[in-house]
Amino acid sequence: MNRRIKVALIGNPNTGKSSVFNLLTGLQQKTGNYPGITVEKKEGYCRLTKGVSATIFDLPGTYSLNASSLDENLVIELLMNRKHADFPELAVIVADIENIKRNLLLFTQIKDLGIPSILVVNMSDRMIRKGISLDVEKMEEELNTKIVLTSTLKKEGIQTLKNEIANYSQLEHSPCLDFRSIDPDYFASLQKTFPKQSIYKLWLVITQDVNFANIDRNTIQSTDGDHTRSVSFLKRLQQRETIKRYQFINEVLKKCLQINREQATDFQSRLDRVLTHRFWGYVIFFVVLFTIFQAIYDWSSYPMDAIDSAFVSMSEWAKTNLPSWFVPKLIAEGVIPGLGGVAIFIPQIAILFVFISILEETGYMSRVVFLMDRVLRRFGLSGKSVVPLISGTACAIPAIMATRNIENWKERLITILVTPFTTCSARLPVYLILIALVIPDTRFLGANMQGLVLMGLYLLGFGMALAAAYVLQLVLKLPHKTAFVVEMPNYRIPILRNIGITVYNKTKSFVLEAGKIILAISVLLWVLASNGPSSSFGQAEAIFGADQELTQAELEQKISAYKLEKSYLGQVGKFIEPAIAPLGYDWKIGIAIVSSFAAREVFVGTLATIYNVGTDEEDTIKNRMADEVHPDGKPVFTLASGMSLMIFYAFAMQCMSTLAIVRKETNSWKWPTIQLAVMTLVAYLAAFATFQVL
Amino acid sequence: MTLAQLKKGEKAVVEDLNTDFVPLKLIEMGCLPGNTIELLQLAPFKDPLFLNVNGAQVAIRRETAEHIQVKIVAA
Repeated sequence: MNRRIKVALIGNPNTGKSSVFNLLTGLQQKTGNYPGITVEKKEGYCRLTKGVSATIFDLPGTYSLNASSLDENLVIELLMNRKHADFPELAVIVADIENIKRNLLLFTQIKDLGIPSILVVNMSDRMIRKGISLDVEKMEEELNTKIVLTSTLKKEGIQTLKNEIANYSQLEHSPCLDFRSIDPDYFASLQKTFPKQSIYKLWLVITQDVNFANIDRNTIQSTDGDHTRSVSFLKRLQQRETIKRYQFINEVLKKCLQINREQATDFQSRLDRVLTHRFWGYVIFFVVLFTIFQAIYDWSSYPMDAIDSAFVSMSEWAKTNLPSWFVPKLIAEGVIPGLGGVAIFIPQIAILFVFISILEETGYMSRVVFLMDRVLRRFGLSGKSVVPLISGTACAIPAIMATRNIENWKERLITILVTPFTTCSARLPVYLILIALVIPDTRFLGANMQGLVLMGLYLLGFGMALAAAYVLQLVLKLPHKTAFVVEMPNYRIPILRNIGITVYNKTKSFVLEAGKIILAISVLLWVLASNGPSSSFGQAEAIFGADQELTQAELEQKISAYKLEKSYLGQVGKFIEPAIAPLGYDWKIGIAIVSSFAAREVFVGTLATIYNVGTDEEDTIKNRMADEVHPDGKPVFTLASGMSLMIFYAFAMQCMSTLAIVRKETNSWKWPTIQLAVMTLVAYLAAFATFQVL
Repeated sequence: MTLAQLKKGEKAVVEDLNTDFVPLKLIEMGCLPGNTIELLQLAPFKDPLFLNVNGAQVAIRRETAEHIQVKIVAA
């Protein structure tokens, strides 16, 4: 018989919880979102012993059951609600040996919920080096639990953990301390009002505003006994509860844990003296950033070229070998180039995620947060905005999701609103082709002019994000409360396996999410471009067919150019031409802008379709674009119109997926609407100014 | 004196704190009366503060530190 146990993996951030999860489940993981909220849901499958397996839920890292963010809230709601589909039969709490005192705080709280719990003490490989010794048996007795020592670095203890999970029915359910003693009268009266409920759950309902078993804060408020009283009273009581728990933990650790301080190295603090130094700290940070951007461009060019040519030859093959009725034609001319447009970003995004996860795994990211907090606060942002702003150079979607650990709502909202200004990888193909077209390949002060312009566009993106944040900070009237607490974890050598799994999962979800949209748009475009009102669209052959002067190739080109102009897509372009003419664009560019409204990266693909170039190969499109002229004979792509286009793309909010994620994260249509309107307006005005000045 | 007045490298013991302004998260990390705090590093403009609180390394803002009463102990 097959039995499946539901296990929740819980722990403080930086304890190696995810490493334990990766070791238990390998690649048998599913990531997604919890319904209705954007908290990332990670679950995995794990075979324990013969006939017994487990579904492991990797819950967001939290310091305690007193939630201060969306992610932490989820942990409480899941653990309180027995009817929740993912309600665990067993909680595995991961602690790390160096911070065990703090980690045990969460453990004592979980025990109070009455859920069977196993304590995992991770990073046991550090014990000898740090001069730590732990009496496991004694501690199991004191804490009323099972303890498993693991080392995720050396992959030790995982099998023992699996066995203990399989035997979970023998675990104790009882709490390890009586927290009610901090105010016996208060809790006795509360229990009297709700005799059947767990006192600790009631206490969480009062302090956390969560609900369970149909009891919410209002229910408790409406009873006698004034149990909710004032915020100050509850906060003081929470402090007493924390002190009480620490007293208990200190007593336990006094009996079980010995640390020989002499052996503790101070390499970490010496490293911090340099990396968080008020001058050298910044120098090192900028060197790190510079290296990352260099690597992204240098390393990704080869795989990107390979992917590009693979898709081009695939499309060519399909064109010549598939029958030419609707569906195969759609595949050859719409679907394959559309997929190529997504696949081309995989190398850059994967490389960027590699670097970001290394920065996070090593613990360096927290130091950057520390260094940048004061600077960014001037602009209404938080030090924690650094992570979204840097990740935004890959893609705004994970970047906006990364704002969740900013506790201050105003700072978080501003970060969400300005992150789309940073130059994401979808803008890159647009920039690359336009730069190649209008910026001369010359040297300026010894540096490559084209490269300088590209760097300038990146700086422009960051600059605009900061400027917008500064304005928002002045405009937004929101209650402002500081709750900035950043843990500075010990420096660690990153575990390769973790980085690999993170990069794989994130890249996969980017490809799937963005892929769906790009694919849909390219199919729609293709249909709109190859159909039109029959009165004019169908006349192409009749008009040019009579002209005997033309060769076969010229005839075909004339016909398809005419068809495009008269197609539904061409009509759209013609319609908006008056609005974009002041920016220096013609109706064909108009089509490209309209079609890339939902996703910027569609721009180059659209131009390829419009200019009737059969391939996505940039050089060919580039040559074709360079030859493009206005009806009066002047070239369409000049320095002025090219720069104007780049400025437009730098500022415009052309990404449906980002708007969707902003709507989810802010839980309103108001903010994405404002964001779309303002960014489009700024883009239009800036592009207009650029074209008129140049 | 408050934690905000501490100089780099100095150690102090927490005497009292105002729970209306000090986030519970910091308290849970061990910032409790009787525990020792060391100021490890200061960012430019002396904000934020990089602390060792009862063995845990955390950064907090100056405005939070102003609500924590401390007493310096000899290093």
